[in-house]
Amino acid sequence: MIKATPGSPFDDERKVPPAVLEKQMEYYGYGDSLLNQYWNLLYRHVTIDFPPIASVPGLTSGDIIREHFGTSIELGLLGMALALLIGIPAGVLASWKKNSAFDYIPMSLSMTGICLPTFVIGPILALVFALQLKWTPVSGWFGWEYRILPALTLGLFYAAYIARMTRGGMLEVLSLDYIRTARAKGLSGAAVVLKHALRGGIMPVVSFLGPAIAGVISGSFVVETIFQVPGLGRHFVQAALNRDHSLIVTTVFFYAILIIVANIIVDIVQVYLNPKLRYD
Amino acid sequence: MKLAQIFALGALAIIPCLLANTPADEAAQQQILLFGNSSEPPSLDPHINASVNGSRIINCLMEGLISYHRDNDNIPEPGVAETWEHDGSYRVWTFHFRDNARWSNGDPVTANDFVYSYNRILNPELGARYAQLLYTIKNAQAYNESKVPFSDVGIRVVDDSTLEIELEGPTPHFPNIVKHASWFPVHPPTIESAGGMVKQDSNWTRENYVGNGAFTLMEWSMNKVIIVEKNPLYWDADTVRLKEVHFFPTENANTDNQRFDAGSNHYVNTIPSDLIPTYIATGEPSLRVEPYLGTYFYRFNTRKKPLDDVSVRQALTMAINQRAIVRRITKGGQFPATGYTPPGISGYEAPELVKYNPRDARNLLAEAGFPEGKGFPKLTLIYNTSEAHRDIAIAIQQMWKSILGIDIDLRNQEWKVFLDTVQQGDYDIARAGWIGDYMYPDTFLFMWTTGNGNNETGWSNTEYDKLISNSYLEANAEKRLKMLYDAETILLEEMPIAPIYFYTRNYRLDTRVIGWNPKFLDNHPFKYVYFEN
Repeated sequence: MIKATPGSPFDDERKVPPAVLEKQMEYYGYGDSLLNQYWNLLYRHVTIDFPPIASVPGLTSGDIIREHFGTSIELGLLGMALALLIGIPAGVLASWKKNSAFDYIPMSLSMTGICLPTFVIGPILALVFALQLKWTPVSGWFGWEYRILPALTLGLFYAAYIARMTRGGMLEVLSLDYIRTARAKGLSGAAVVLKHALRGGIMPVVSFLGPAIAGVISGSFVVETIFQVPGLGRHFVQAALNRDHSLIVTTVFFYAILIIVANIIVDIVQVYLNPKLRYD
Repeated sequence: MKLAQIFALGALAIIPCLLANTPADEAAQQQILLFGNSSEPPSLDPHINASVNGSRIINCLMEGLISYHRDNDNIPEPGVAETWEHDGSYRVWTFHFRDNARWSNGDPVTANDFVYSYNRILNPELGARYAQLLYTIKNAQAYNESKVPFSDVGIRVVDDSTLEIELEGPTPHFPNIVKHASWFPVHPPTIESAGGMVKQDSNWTRENYVGNGAFTLMEWSMNKVIIVEKNPLYWDADTVRLKEVHFFPTENANTDNQRFDAGSNHYVNTIPSDLIPTYIATGEPSLRVEPYLGTYFYRFNTRKKPLDDVSVRQALTMAINQRAIVRRITKGGQFPATGYTPPGISGYEAPELVKYNPRDARNLLAEAGFPEGKGFPKLTLIYNTSEAHRDIAIAIQQMWKSILGIDIDLRNQEWKVFLDTVQQGDYDIARAGWIGDYMYPDTFLFMWTTGNGNNETGWSNTEYDKLISNSYLEANAEKRLKMLYDAETILLEEMPIAPIYFYTRNYRLDTRVIGWNPKFLDNHPFKYVYFEN
């Protein structure tokens, strides 16, 4: 499919002599037949001998992943942690005090959060916290203070989802028989909600977490661009724009593994949380 | 505590925040320039790099035979070569090296290093994009196309500090061409130890950058920052007053501009286009609007009917109100194009043949058989996806409709698709832009010769080709420019292109920066730049 899109990493507004172009294509393995190129790329990935990339001479696609994956993980996990820290309490509170101000206010905020894309939230946060209040830097990725805005931008979006999911899950669980039992034996409201209902109530959130974590790590392209974070998401998109076939294959390969791993972990956690899912 | 006391304390707490120095203030104190450089350069190898933001950094790290002057791009400034002369016919040039030119590891810079470097960039196996810029050297093109061995190329070492270059033809402006980064040397032992001369993806620039420029590479963190520091071994180190330059690859123009406002940068490379008119109106002191050696234009596909007819092309061009476009749409101080080669090159003024003239435009279209646009086929104008290009295209679509009575379609294409479409010749009218590499008109005119890879309009004119190729044989500087002028006259009469405006560079620069001058090539040697404290 990539091969079918017009253009190559060597295209530029300024044309190069055909002889020069040929040498470049040959060097980066674009001259071969399609099938050979494909097999060659697959073989190199399986043997962990990553191919050179034409758009960044001097580095292999493996170098790119090595250098930037850590940043992506850090940003993704920070964002996710913030999302959970904000989302779950908000959702629990909303379900506990259903149909009160504690429900309506966080839920309407979360609706706004879902509707506002990161490329709107990001610049607004930068405007307020970096330019007006001067609490944080505008962009970059150096000390801890540089982590705040990108993590918040990424986290708020997911926090909104998580809040709504927690609320839904909690409401469902709170209407179940075992909760009524718990209340009947005289437990306080807080104990019921936090001790008994929460474990079941956050199940939807847990199953959402798998794809979400893979998503925050790979899909933070917008946040990475707005705050100049040297993560992997940008390479994912740039590779496609540059038609850099080897980098595209490597990033796709890598994310595929990431999503599989994230989902396996989630499955294990789910079994741990919900005894009903166990086989024996 | 009383309420008033709380307020007073609160106010006290805020004061340090307001008075605190921004990073830009502190850096200025220490002579560190914080530079918003738009995007990550793919390479810092002078023979591999093809990007503008990369060449800015390379110009800090390397120095060629001749350097850029601090404020005039037409004047050659001594670099590694202290003096140079030609044989009287501008054909054979001899460069005499200064004896204190050093690589950053202490090795002397020798004539052999330059021979190695020119062998490298011209070597067919390296596949260097900018090898074309060295084609003025005798047999360079033939070597680059694997037709002759390197020994036939007109480069000769006289002794360690004397280099002789023989050219294909007389070239009075040769010192201006040599300034370009593609003519920079590289350190042979470094290249050899990193995989050899022709390794296309050699990573010597990332591991061990040995340069001969005013600065050396201190840190390169991809997508984060590139830091260069003053090179104490540089022959003119006494002139260099900046301690460091930090290049931030901020891709998002809005973010970059916000960084400047927050005091994190001294320079913004690209201002969000909608802010430029506001800055001009409010007299923003950091805003710089400077002429730039570039032209924005449209290509006509002369292989297609009715664009194969000169009258049609002239009519379309005459119906474009360039002045309205720069005043109402681009609004960045651009100049309406009167010719193709932009002003600024010393001794050359392009013929002013591009004029807005609705009446003549209508007459020409009628002559071509389409009175009031009747029977004119529906053409498509393509441009690469961007709001700025779209706005101009819409305006021109409207001008052609109201003046000529013709309808055209607009279509945007993603950059690479766009390049491919134009190259395949599968278009009617296409947006284009061209930036000059050096201060001489052939950097704009050579591309329109028959079959040139950058022509892409299918236009061909034997008289034009002859004038261009003869100009390369002419030793008299004035006669030579006259030939190019005549060639450009043919180009503008035949109009395979519709010039629209001459570019300006719009950027922001901290007002404390000294020694930074407007340059047509947007080349600001950092060795002269410093902060006044």
